[in-house]
Amino acid sequence: MKSSTLPVYVEGLALWSPRLPSWEIARRVIRAEQAAPDVAVARPSTSLLPPTERRRIPDTVAVALEVALRACEASGRDKSKLPAVFASTHGDTPISDYMCATLASTPALISPTKFHNSVHNAAAGYWTIGVHSYAPYTSISAYQYTFAAGLLESAMQAICERTPVLFVAYDIEATGPLAPMSDCRHLLGIAMVIAPDSTKAGARKLVLRMHDASPLEVPVTATRSAAAELVRGNSLANAFALLEALAEPRANAVTLALSQRSALAIDVGIDLGIDASIDRSSDQGTDVDIGIGG
Amino acid sequence: MDELPLQPVRITAFAVCSAAGDGRAETLACLRGRRSGLTFNDFGPAPLPTWIGRVSGLEAQPLPAQFSQWDCRNNRLAWRGLNTDGFIEAVVKARDRHGAHRIAVVVGTSTSSIGASEEAYRRLTPDGQYPEDLRRPIIHTPHSLGDFVQSALGLSGVSMTVATACSSSAKVFAQAERLLRMSLADAVLVGGVDSLCDSVLYGFNSLELISPERCRPFDRERRGINIGEAAGFALLEREADHGAWLLGCGESSDAHHMSTPHPEGLGARLAVENALRSARLDLCEIDYINLHGTATRKNDEVEARVVGEMFPTTTFASSTKGWTGHTLGAAGIVEAAISLLALEEGFVPGTLNSESLDEMCGPQIQRENAERPVKYALSFSFGFGGSNCVIALGRQDAKVAA
Repeated sequence: MKSSTLPVYVEGLALWSPRLPSWEIARRVIRAEQAAPDVAVARPSTSLLPPTERRRIPDTVAVALEVALRACEASGRDKSKLPAVFASTHGDTPISDYMCATLASTPALISPTKFHNSVHNAAAGYWTIGVHSYAPYTSISAYQYTFAAGLLESAMQAICERTPVLFVAYDIEATGPLAPMSDCRHLLGIAMVIAPDSTKAGARKLVLRMHDASPLEVPVTATRSAAAELVRGNSLANAFALLEALAEPRANAVTLALSQRSALAIDVGIDLGIDASIDRSSDQGTDVDIGIGG
Repeated sequence: MDELPLQPVRITAFAVCSAAGDGRAETLACLRGRRSGLTFNDFGPAPLPTWIGRVSGLEAQPLPAQFSQWDCRNNRLAWRGLNTDGFIEAVVKARDRHGAHRIAVVVGTSTSSIGASEEAYRRLTPDGQYPEDLRRPIIHTPHSLGDFVQSALGLSGVSMTVATACSSSAKVFAQAERLLRMSLADAVLVGGVDSLCDSVLYGFNSLELISPERCRPFDRERRGINIGEAAGFALLEREADHGAWLLGCGESSDAHHMSTPHPEGLGARLAVENALRSARLDLCEIDYINLHGTATRKNDEVEARVVGEMFPTTTFASSTKGWTGHTLGAAGIVEAAISLLALEEGFVPGTLNSESLDEMCGPQIQRENAERPVKYALSFSFGFGGSNCVIALGRQDAKVAA
C-alpha cells in the first residue's frame, strides 16, 4: 500500500457536553467508575475571555474555547504557539436559524455581530484572539466524517511542520425550521493536542493509517460505553470510539469512517504514564481535566 | 527532528468561472479588454443598491438528474466550473492513472449552499416546515460543496470543505500539499465555490462594507466591496511532467479582531514570510502579486502598507476585484487562477475602476495592465477571523530548488 502511516501523540484531551462536562467525568463514566450525572449543565463557562465577552459569545464558541483551553493546559504546551485545526460538521446552526429567519422577514435588520459570528471559523478566530496566537488555524467540515477528517489534518500538520497541533471539534443542537436537517440535539466539544513527538508522561501514541477500502470491509468501531449514550445525537458522536480507547490504559485499535469508501484506522498505544500533570484550575471548581495518563 | 520541507507540486489543470468569464480564455479576454464583470445588483426579492459579480444563467441550469439531491445555486456553480476548461476530463484521466481512492478533494467556501436554507425559510409551509423540495440535509450543511464535488467526479479519497471565510480557497492549497507530502493522495482536487446569497449581501451591508458603486480597490475614494460569485478548481499532482508549480504556502493568524485586519498587517506579513520561506524564494524574485484588494477602507490601507514596506519597487501588484467582485470563499482560487494565467501568458492585469490610487500605495500597486514575463507570483488572501494565506506559484519552466 502506498499510503503512509502517521505516528503522533495525544498529549492533552478535553471534552464537554451537558451530561459529561469534563474529560475526567467522561473517563470515569466510560470506565464505569461513576454513574452518568443526572443533571445537565446548560453551558460551558470558559475562563479564556473576560466575563462580559464570555456572556456575548455563542455557545459554539464557548464550548470550543473551553475544551481547547483544557486540552492545552493538560498538554503543558504554550497555547499561543500551537497551530489549530477546528472542525465542525454544521457550524453554528442557531445563528444560521437566526440569519435565515431574519433574512426572510426583515433582512435590513441583520445584526452585524451575528453576521460575523456566523462564519464557520468564528470559534477559531476567537481562540487566536483570546490566546494571542499568530499561528495558523483552519476550520473544516466533512459531514459525518468531520471528526476523522479533522484528526487526520491535525496529524498531518503535526508531522509536516514538526509542531504540536491543537485539534478542536464541536457541534451544537440545531434550532428552528432547519433542525430536521441536522442530527445534532445537544452541544458537544472535544479537543486534543496532537504532537509529532512526546516525552510527556501519559502521552498516548496514535498511529493513523488510511484504509483504501469500504468501511463495510473495514468495520468501523462501535461505541460501547454508557458515556457514549450521553453524546448520541451529535454529529461527532462517532468519535467516542476513540475516546473510549483513550480512557483505558491498554493498547487498542479503533477504526473511524473517513468517507463512504475509506476509513481511518488508529492504533492506540498503551498508557505508560505514571504522573498525569493533573490540572485543577477551573472557575467552576467542577471542570477538572486530567492528562490522559491517570 | 526538523520539519519535512514542503515539496513543490505541479498544477496539471485548472478552471475558473466568474462574472469576468466562463473559463480561462474568456477571463483572459475580459482582463486584457478591461471589461468589468460587475453589474448593478438584481439579486433576490429586494436588491440592495450595490454592484455584484453575477454568473449568468445558473437559474436555468439545474444539475443533471443523477445529482439532483445536491441541486442548489452553489452546486450548480460548482458544476459549471468543473465543466469549464476541460477540467472534468483532466480529473477523469488522473482517476484512471492513480485510482479514485488516491485523489483527495479539498475545497473552500464561506457560505456553501446557505442560499438553499434561506430559500427554505422564505417558503416555509404553514406549519413552519421546510418545503418538500428542499428537505435534503446535504444542501443545508457546509460540506455540501465537498460532498457534491467528490460524488460528481466519482472520487473516494479524503474529502473536506475548508471554511475560513475569505481565505478558504487559498488554504486548500496548503492542506492539499500536505496530503501529497504525506503520500495520503497522489493527486488533490482543490478549489473554491461561493454563490450570491442574502446572508453575505445583507451581512456585509450590516457591517457597512458594501459599496454603492463599482468597487475601486486601492482608490483614495474607495467605498467598499462588491459581492461576487465564482467557482474555480485546480488539480495538484506530486509526479507530473507538465504544469505550473505550487512552490509554497504561508499561513498565519492576526490575533486581532473578528472582522477588521490587524492595523499593522502583522498576520499578513507573517503569511508572506512563511510563503517565501517554504518556497525558498526571495522577495525580489516575485514578479507579480495578486492582492486581496477588497476595496474596503481598512483592508486596502493595511495591505498597501505591507506591500510598500516589504517588496522592491519593481514588483508588479494589483487587485482584480474590479473585474470579478469579491468572491469571498472562492477568491483564493479565482486569484490563483488569474496568477496562473499571468505566468502562462506573460501578462499582468492592473487594477480596474480605480482612478486615483491612495497615497498609501507604493509604486508596486498598478492600475494599468502590462505585458511582462512572470516567473514567480504570489496570491494574497485574508479572511474574517484574522485568517491569512499567501500562496507562491512558479511558471512551468521555473527552476525548482532541489
